[in-house]
Amino acid sequence: MSATMEKGVRVLKEVIDAPIASYFSSCVHCGICAEACLFYTETGDPKYTPIHKLEPLRRIYEQEYTLLGRLKKMVGLSKPVTDAELGEWQELVYNSCTLCGRCSAVCPVGNDIVYMVRKMREGMSASGNAPVGIKGAVNRTITIGSPMGVKLPAVKAQMKHVEEDYGLPIPLDAEGAEYMVMLSSMEIINFPEYLGAIAKIMDQAGKTWTLCSTAFEATNAGMQIGNSDLAKVLVSRIVDGAEKLKVKTVISPECGHAYTALRWEGANLIGRPFTFEVKHIIEVLGEFQEQGLLKTEGFETDKLTFHDPCQLARRGGVIKQQRNLMNMVAKNFVEMPDAGYMNWCCGGGGGASAIEEGEELRIEAFKKKKSQLDAVKPDRLVTACANCRIVLEEGLEHYQMDIPVVGLTEMIAEHIPEKGA
Amino acid sequence: MNEMQLLTWARGTGLDFAVGIFLLGVLWRLIEIYSLGRKKDLSAARQAAGASGWHTIFRRSVPAEGMLKKSPVSYIGGYTFHIGLAICVFLFAPHIKLIQSLTGLSWPGLPSQFVDLIAVVTIAAMVVVLVDRINKPVKRYLSTFQDWFTWTLTFLPVLTGWMAVQHLLLPYTTMLAIHILSVELLLVFLPFTKLFHAFTVFGSRWYIGTVNGHKGVAV
Repeated sequence: MSATMEKGVRVLKEVIDAPIASYFSSCVHCGICAEACLFYTETGDPKYTPIHKLEPLRRIYEQEYTLLGRLKKMVGLSKPVTDAELGEWQELVYNSCTLCGRCSAVCPVGNDIVYMVRKMREGMSASGNAPVGIKGAVNRTITIGSPMGVKLPAVKAQMKHVEEDYGLPIPLDAEGAEYMVMLSSMEIINFPEYLGAIAKIMDQAGKTWTLCSTAFEATNAGMQIGNSDLAKVLVSRIVDGAEKLKVKTVISPECGHAYTALRWEGANLIGRPFTFEVKHIIEVLGEFQEQGLLKTEGFETDKLTFHDPCQLARRGGVIKQQRNLMNMVAKNFVEMPDAGYMNWCCGGGGGASAIEEGEELRIEAFKKKKSQLDAVKPDRLVTACANCRIVLEEGLEHYQMDIPVVGLTEMIAEHIPEKGA
Repeated sequence: MNEMQLLTWARGTGLDFAVGIFLLGVLWRLIEIYSLGRKKDLSAARQAAGASGWHTIFRRSVPAEGMLKKSPVSYIGGYTFHIGLAICVFLFAPHIKLIQSLTGLSWPGLPSQFVDLIAVVTIAAMVVVLVDRINKPVKRYLSTFQDWFTWTLTFLPVLTGWMAVQHLLLPYTTMLAIHILSVELLLVFLPFTKLFHAFTVFGSRWYIGTVNGHKGVAV
């Protein structure tokens, strides 16, 4: 066994805790998780059954933590996990899993399958079996500062453009601001309107806010690849920035995994509770709406539907706010089948969109989104995750569906009356 | 050994041995699993009404939104044979008498004819879920020796119990002895196979419910 493989197996052993032991002991092979996974439903290939994606981890559990498994191992009756096997499992643990959590939502015995996939990725990554695409994203985030290679000057350039376009200041490193706003590189490069939208919304609400020059990137490729050490480095940048600027709340951008990394994993990665709150921008908008700090005028009149990002809704518990916000500015808002808690993933979350060799499968899995959209035939599709947005746009283009995709925050901001108007 | 001696052994030494392994096995497995512990969640909780481990223990007994249609045999067959097993095991008068003799606890049973009917329904449901396991590509793909073995372990006590009561195939004494032996086999293997979900299902549901409760997701 090679040194990296040995490390991988050691990590797989270390991640097993009582919940995982309980989950493996509870599985009755009913296969219901397959029906919840878009990679199975759209391909019909049973190898994409979620619980099967964990087979190597299950064997490690059995061989290391159960009496019978240890006995079997001692007399040479058990099949050891090999490097080649983990290599083969790469497609199952990364390409065909977006950590969307639908499997965990339906399991009758309550197995949190996606929690286990997240843990298994730690061993995959340690044994060198993570996909090249995500490895690249992680390296760029660690060395340059963002997965797409965006540096501070690019952010500053966008800030300048937005200030000119919107006539509103974009504060940088403003100490004592109430909110510190995070971005995803996708927004810096592809959707700068997001920054303008924030400026308008904060201005209307009368709230102080700031960007941080040492922590503007919210995405966490370390979490996606399954390397907690690197994930910790990335979260620490944000924690340091937020504590240096003494902000009350850090706002996670329209990005699902950035939210999970910061809101739920962050404190656990750095090993202590945060001194500030973390909220997704949709939660903040929801609060402003409730407090009467968000006032809009006019309505969108075309048929709109909303795609729930998995990490925001199913894994994050934010489900009502986006609907209240949609109804605030849309006259014709229709829900897709399974919308909300059980919405289907775009197919590119959890780092999957960074895996080039997974593209064909992603497009295949997108048929699920297509069927959801075909059921309501919207004029436009609204969402609250820049990664979903890119993946949705790619899928829609492939299937030649003419449905523009828009971000909810921007759409809300467009309905904020101009000052003095 | 004649059938009477076999029955006597099954009711005596055999039963003691099986119950002993069962109890020790369950205890061992519970410790083996839950003593692994888990790390405290340091992220700030977002409380929501109706979201907790306890809620999930009950809620997961109901199919998730839209899933009944996707896997009707698993759900309907599953419900039928689980409830059927519970009725046959705990509400059949002779079983209650046995439990009373062992523990002193007793409760009213159901009429024998009714339990008979339930046994037939349970047998039918178990055959249906077996056929489904063979026919459905996902289930077949996931199945290992253990799946077929544990099905047999569960099926034999129901079948032999019903046959003993109906005086089918073999003399009553022999069939009763075989019935008791099949139950003993089930007891011995339960802690060490997937049948142990009978215990861990509560822990698993509680864990996922607690995690969701922490995030304020009511499911």
